[in-house]
Amino acid sequence: MNYADLFRVTLPETALDIAALLVLILDLGLLRKAALQTRIMASVLIGVLGCSAAMLVMPYQAAGGLTYPGSPDLLLSAGGYTSIAQIGILVLTVFTLFLLVGSDFTKHVGEFVAVVLMAATGGLLISAGQDLLVVFVGLELLSLGLYILTAFAKRSGKSAESAMKYYLFGGMSAAFLLFGFSYLYGLTGSTNLHQIMRALYSTTANGAAPLLYVALVMIAAGLGFKVAAVPFHLWAPDTYEGAPAPAAAFIASVSKVASFALLIGVGTAAAHSLDPSKPMHVWITASLNPKGLPTYFGFSGPWSLIIAILAVASMVFGNLAALAQDSVRRLLAYSAIAHAGYILLAVAYFSRSNISANAILYYILTYGLTTIGAFGAVSLVERINGSDRMDAFLGLYRRNGVLAGVLLILFLSLAGIPPLVGFWAKFNLFAAVLRVDRGVAPFALVAIAVAMSAVSLYYYLQVLKRVFVMPPAEDGPVKGSPLTIGVLALITLAVVLLGCLPGLMQSWMATFYAGM
Amino acid sequence: MLAWTIYISFAGALVLALMPKGNPALARVIALLVAAAGFAIAIAGFAAGAGQGRVTIIDVPWVPMMGIHYTLAADGISRVLVLLTGLAAVAGVLFSWNINRRTNEFFAFFLALIGGVYGVFLSFDLFLLFVFYEIAIVPKYFLIAIWGSTRREYAAMKLALYSFVGSAMVLVVLLAAYATAGSHSTGLVNLANANLPVSFQMWAFPVAFIGFGILAGLWPFHTWAPTGHVAAPTAASMLLAGVVMKLGAYGCLRVAIGLFPHGLDPWGWSFWGIGSWRDVFALLAVIGIIYGALVALAQTDFKFVIGYSSVSHMGFVLLGLVTLTQVGVDGAVLQMFSHGVIAGLLFAIVGRIVYERTHTRQFGELEGMYLGRRLPFAAWAFVIAGVASMGLPGFSGFVAELQVLMGAWIAKPWWTAASGIGIVIGVAYTWRALQKAFFSDRLPRPDEHPKEGWPKFEAITWPEVTATCLLFAATLIVGIYPSILLNSIEPAVKALLAGGMQ
Repeated sequence: MNYADLFRVTLPETALDIAALLVLILDLGLLRKAALQTRIMASVLIGVLGCSAAMLVMPYQAAGGLTYPGSPDLLLSAGGYTSIAQIGILVLTVFTLFLLVGSDFTKHVGEFVAVVLMAATGGLLISAGQDLLVVFVGLELLSLGLYILTAFAKRSGKSAESAMKYYLFGGMSAAFLLFGFSYLYGLTGSTNLHQIMRALYSTTANGAAPLLYVALVMIAAGLGFKVAAVPFHLWAPDTYEGAPAPAAAFIASVSKVASFALLIGVGTAAAHSLDPSKPMHVWITASLNPKGLPTYFGFSGPWSLIIAILAVASMVFGNLAALAQDSVRRLLAYSAIAHAGYILLAVAYFSRSNISANAILYYILTYGLTTIGAFGAVSLVERINGSDRMDAFLGLYRRNGVLAGVLLILFLSLAGIPPLVGFWAKFNLFAAVLRVDRGVAPFALVAIAVAMSAVSLYYYLQVLKRVFVMPPAEDGPVKGSPLTIGVLALITLAVVLLGCLPGLMQSWMATFYAGM
Repeated sequence: MLAWTIYISFAGALVLALMPKGNPALARVIALLVAAAGFAIAIAGFAAGAGQGRVTIIDVPWVPMMGIHYTLAADGISRVLVLLTGLAAVAGVLFSWNINRRTNEFFAFFLALIGGVYGVFLSFDLFLLFVFYEIAIVPKYFLIAIWGSTRREYAAMKLALYSFVGSAMVLVVLLAAYATAGSHSTGLVNLANANLPVSFQMWAFPVAFIGFGILAGLWPFHTWAPTGHVAAPTAASMLLAGVVMKLGAYGCLRVAIGLFPHGLDPWGWSFWGIGSWRDVFALLAVIGIIYGALVALAQTDFKFVIGYSSVSHMGFVLLGLVTLTQVGVDGAVLQMFSHGVIAGLLFAIVGRIVYERTHTRQFGELEGMYLGRRLPFAAWAFVIAGVASMGLPGFSGFVAELQVLMGAWIAKPWWTAASGIGIVIGVAYTWRALQKAFFSDRLPRPDEHPKEGWPKFEAITWPEVTATCLLFAATLIVGIYPSILLNSIEPAVKALLAGGMQ
């Protein structure tokens, strides 16, 4: 391996890390005596510049990625879904940084921004990683950043409590994941995804070994934790509620994008290692002979089955639990669990072509954008009313009309009402599932997903009812800085525009696959 | 040209939503201008389309990767329903002239709803149709929840959830049809010609029919309708009964019957004379007709009578659709128009003209108020609207229901016999409401007698008179000369029943 090649592939990561160091130098060195908001503006500015620089250097990455010496297999990929996910991570990081403006939960602004940037670096690595070790390092880099960010509001007991819970759950799930990885290595003798897939196809020709099931369940547990799929979701409501708003938005968007990019990577590796003449759904195991694995619900392969179970559990439980919430942040957490469930359907039914990958990315990127906007709006209300309970939103339309409009559009988009982008994402995703397999099982799963999204309208309307219908409990405007309001309005505009012109983002995504 | 009905409605909604608060008079005028412009375009489009079949207005790729087109087109059925929407919009704005609270928001939601309705009637791409169909849900919720009366939050949420569940069923069918057809197009014409397998149509048809039928007041999924109508402010109940329920019926016709005609084929076995989805839905429609009428007969709230009568009248629409005969479906479409006008009128009289003055809708209290003498305009209007609703010859309801019954007779005579009972009960409940509200001879109890003499009711205003006359004119013109609409409806229905939507 040539270090110059490695450097060329990791240019965006390098740009982010340099920005992180600059932030620290500037904030801890030059701006020590400056006012809090000045320091925030300066740090955010550098963070934004760093993300922009990372995006600008992406075209100079080595085409196709980095391979092992003397082997055609990828170690780090570039282009295709990886680039889309990385750009998504960078853009969403920029938006979460803007949420920091005007907040006062910490005095350690420089550290906050630096940790955000480093965590985003972990996200970039995960999206590119094709080797279990790289993936694991990326995941840990991201996770450690997230634990710190969650605990950042040092004056808040809730923040500390939720960070502790998140850390304990996270540590355990990382252990599961590593354990699963070690089994995979033991079964196949490699840590490279492509080599693992190929080895599995040849070694499990007569049916998968029980050890493989164990390994996959462990890995699903580890990754299920990252995307907050039921039953590994327990950290999510507490973390969303306790973490400072920019941190919560970061966890809800950037971390999700990175984790789903990893799942796409696993699916793509599996799909591309398979002989194209063979049916797509039998993957990870090569149980094409009659003595192979039993067929579960019409689709085979333990991975698909495990993921489908997680998907159904998440969308049913997430939506039903959200009905009972009184805290809007917890509501957003449960709705995030439900959304993860929808996306996992497309992970379970993954296609050889890039339909599934694009549908998942489309969903998670637009969802990330929407949810950052939602957290931004919620945190503004919280800052004035001191609570994120439903009743804090009473009569918001009279106290800040723009903010009320933002909440209306974003929540309806989350509920999947056309012509907003959330609807297109859902349609695109479910259509991708059905295009991969037209059997009874995917139809039933999609029907459950659609039925559950009908349930979700109820709890989104509960919030909107308080915003628009009920009279305010107290008077006085809810004010935010013009920058924050501007960013929220920009996100809302994007949600509307991308919803009215859904082809725009799809053709943008298609350009990354040109020449692959 | 008809496409502008959609654009100006949404543009009007946007202008009203963004305009500074505190100028209700201006908001009203803008809303009226937008609604009137839409109505004028609808009339012009109707006149220009006379004698033509399906005319494509615009057809451009919308989501090229998924084969989704932005296709707006109009055939005879669409033009009639667009006309109805324009009429209901103008009447709705006029009857909401007295809304003073959050006026611009009210009309913004109102026009957004109208824009969505226009869009559904003009879409010839299943996907686009679905988008507009869902756009119409949200404004309904806020119209009822903010400006409504009796149990408004409950009714609004119920209505929104029922609509959303219905549209979720439609979405499942849409996704399934898109995947099954495999042509990567959601154009209605393409899907109708895609030769979808019969086994697929057999399950897609009932799911789509129920999905849309929920909004059309299909028994037993109708329960949102009475509560929603009663809780809604007058203009919203006029729109709900007048056009939103028609969206459901239109979807049943255009999507369920148009795309999955084989779903109506016999199953090959029968149980108590029910041998196909057609029989099932005809039975539900007939039950709806009779049940709605019977429940209307027992109400003590004036508005609930009209609410349940809508369920009964929409039963005729659904029955007409599943007759699958030319005359029956013609009648169903005509009934959509007719009920849209008459129900709008009835809701306006009860909700605006009477309730806004008496502040009660209970028959027990109205009986002692001498409304026949104190509100002669309302009494006259209700007499005319009531007889139109009963189906007296000379009004649009008569022609429509007659055709439905003829179609039902051709299909299965007992459907006609059973729904005939519904008509008789219809006469009874209308009469009862008329008598109790306006012409009661019960003398007021001593405690009901005001000490200072009967207070004067507020005078009838010009918007009320104008809108009432407009709706009267519509039902009379169609009643006396039904060919004005039927000439347009017949060829379109013929083409639709022949399959392939050509």
